[in-house]
Amino acid sequence: MANIKELSSRPESLAPGHRLCGGCGASIAVRQVLMAADRDKYDVVASNATGCLEVSTSIFPYTAWEIPWIHNAFANAGATCSGIEAAYKGLKRAGKIPADKKIKFVAFGGDGGTYDIGLQSLSGAMERGHDMVYVCYDNGAYMNTGIQRSSATPKGAWATTSEVGKVGKGKPEVRKDLTSIMAAHGIKYVAQSTVGHWRDLTMKAEKAFNVDGPAFLNVLAPCPRGWRIPSDMTTEICRMAVNSKFWPLFEVEDGVWHVTPVREKNAISLEEFLKPQGRFKHLFKPGAEDLLQEMKDDVDAYWAYLMGRVEGSKNL
Amino acid sequence: MTSQHFSANGNGMIADAMRQVDPDVMAAYPITPQTTIVEAYAKFVADGKVHTEYVPVESEHSALSACIGASAAGARVATATSSQGLAYMWEELPIAAGMRCPIVMANANRAISAPINIHGDHSDSMSARDTGWLMFYAETAQEAYDNTIIAFKCAEDENILLPAMVCLDGFVTTHAMERCVLEDDSTVKYYVGEYEPLYPLLDTEHPVSHGMYANIGDMYMRHHLTTRRVLEGAAPIIEKHGKEWEKLTGRPFELVDAWGCEDADHIIVVVGSAAGNARHAARILREQGRKVGVVRPRVYRPFPAQQVVDACKGAKAVAVLNRSDAPGAQHGPVCEDVMSAFYTAGLNIPVNDYIVGLGGADISLDLMVQVYDELEQRVAGEYTTDIAYLGIEE
Amino acid sequence: MAEKIYAADFDPKQENSWKPQDLPAGLVCPAGGNSREYITGSWRSMRPIWDKETCNNCMMCWVYCPDSSIIVKDGEMIGIDLDHCKGCGVCVSECRFNCLEMITESEAKEREAE
Repeated sequence: MANIKELSSRPESLAPGHRLCGGCGASIAVRQVLMAADRDKYDVVASNATGCLEVSTSIFPYTAWEIPWIHNAFANAGATCSGIEAAYKGLKRAGKIPADKKIKFVAFGGDGGTYDIGLQSLSGAMERGHDMVYVCYDNGAYMNTGIQRSSATPKGAWATTSEVGKVGKGKPEVRKDLTSIMAAHGIKYVAQSTVGHWRDLTMKAEKAFNVDGPAFLNVLAPCPRGWRIPSDMTTEICRMAVNSKFWPLFEVEDGVWHVTPVREKNAISLEEFLKPQGRFKHLFKPGAEDLLQEMKDDVDAYWAYLMGRVEGSKNL
Repeated sequence: MTSQHFSANGNGMIADAMRQVDPDVMAAYPITPQTTIVEAYAKFVADGKVHTEYVPVESEHSALSACIGASAAGARVATATSSQGLAYMWEELPIAAGMRCPIVMANANRAISAPINIHGDHSDSMSARDTGWLMFYAETAQEAYDNTIIAFKCAEDENILLPAMVCLDGFVTTHAMERCVLEDDSTVKYYVGEYEPLYPLLDTEHPVSHGMYANIGDMYMRHHLTTRRVLEGAAPIIEKHGKEWEKLTGRPFELVDAWGCEDADHIIVVVGSAAGNARHAARILREQGRKVGVVRPRVYRPFPAQQVVDACKGAKAVAVLNRSDAPGAQHGPVCEDVMSAFYTAGLNIPVNDYIVGLGGADISLDLMVQVYDELEQRVAGEYTTDIAYLGIEE
Repeated sequence: MAEKIYAADFDPKQENSWKPQDLPAGLVCPAGGNSREYITGSWRSMRPIWDKETCNNCMMCWVYCPDSSIIVKDGEMIGIDLDHCKGCGVCVSECRFNCLEMITESEAKEREAE
């Protein structure tokens, strides 16, 4: 795998001058994923679901994309990308693209465009076996439209459609485990990472690009505005998410599950991860103790589930 | 040049037309009554008769989404749908046009739910008539074939570059067997030529961005005007390509098929397969000495207003048969287009408006005669109904 | 006719003068990465200041910058792209060698004046 000096010598795929907020996790995800692509071996073409990343990088007549890029709509980054990949195959068969020209295909979608409205399109694309890397930049809500809850929003989080009030305590439901759902498609590579773990993310992105067929990356990409954190905390909060076991780093390679353990010296409580985030501040007021305990139990249960997956697949 | 005469239905003819064009990508989802197109095409793929990359998507939304991706990538692209499927992909229709993707899509016209009904009417495609697509409506299986081939040529014309919808009536045209002519593969390939995309994504040496955000000032409106102007100028280009196909095949092509209109007092305007029955009735009535005609737009978008006006301008009254309704509007969609053409041309001809054949309801010879009778009554001042559901008593 | 517009002929600064017929077909942007011509540095209220002497080129600022605004050449950091840096402070919080600090824009301008 490429070291950081080698990575920095590769062409930048996302130019500055885009209009994402300062400290945005989405652009960090794009940069780290695309810096992992070995451009000496292949070119990359990107698709993008509607969302913050899309609107902020493509305000006509300015594009931040240094590689060929397409936005189609909200629900269809998977299908759009599969069409481009199909064109590559069809045109190659027709002899209209040189046989030795290699192109890899990547799709970016937020959690709204991936967990929710784009799930069917993504599932279809993965099932059909297109050679593509789908990257979900998961910021845990519909941030583009102003912080509405998605199925990726954590339990207990405030959002403008899972409000906090006299009765409401934020989102009552547990977040969807999309990474497991994608692993259940039986594709060659599925992984979960964050924008605050550059080595982990670039390594996983490189593996995903190297797969001949579909691969999926779920990347925690904090939104300072939606999470109610300072803009310089984007990457640090990711480490807290992992060290509290809220967002385990794991990968599923040919059906074999591998979880990155949290070292004891790094381990923190869930509260330590939640506290800096304004979206969880109501959990630290009297009356939320039960919900907080429930969230901690969820974290433990999910970790136990992952350990079971690791155990169950170790001999595959 | 050798062509093949045989029995076929509309879906089979469209599948063969697409096979002969041999697009780089086909992404489609099965739906009655379109299904036999995608089944036949999948068999061509399995038999190695085409080089097409076939994408068996999980929904119509993904079908057109994949087609747009493939078209932006630089591929020649085809698909097919119907009814609920067209409705489900509706979001993508204006996107395909706005991104100037010359995709050719067959639409097996079928009723729209509720209640669910699998038979032919134009409720599906008429709901999509203002999305910036070229639209062709076939009367016969043969014409479905010809229109499909002509549609590729028109959609991909550098002065058009818009998607094209090739409509044919569910079951009546998709499934009924007719005597058809299949041209040589080489004739079709020669006619459609190579497609040269303008900004292919797969040209990685020249990275472009497709699907931009036009949210500031009037950029969105400026861009929309280009679509209007392209469609306004498209009719002569379509006519040119249609005539070229006519020259190769000997089968006539007109934007509007006008029968008996030179001296007709009473004219029916109708789209699609029902024109056959209208013409049959008109022939019978002509034998009785009545001056009747039939006007059938074969191209519907751009709407051939001038040709419709030219065909109807001598009539005393005109009936428009809409195979779909637009509840809440004063008239059916075809009637609105016809009346708008008349008004713009300064024609003040009385128009009887009918909704016909919804959900596959029969459009019988008797009903056609009734329409001609009511045109006579209109001229005599005895028929004053603005709009009627033909054959339905209230 | 839809004529192809090449990247070299596409000047986004002229956008207000473009008539509909001047637009690229499909409103494609034919010039990859031309957002560099759009200045986002003016958003900044805080500015990262880099101390070249203490920097040991670990590249953490570069790898985490959301705005591709750490300028790197031949494996070494050579500066900050202030035309585009939005002043989010991620680079400062990632720097393990205390060679980046955040100061207000007004202080930065005072320092520049000196």
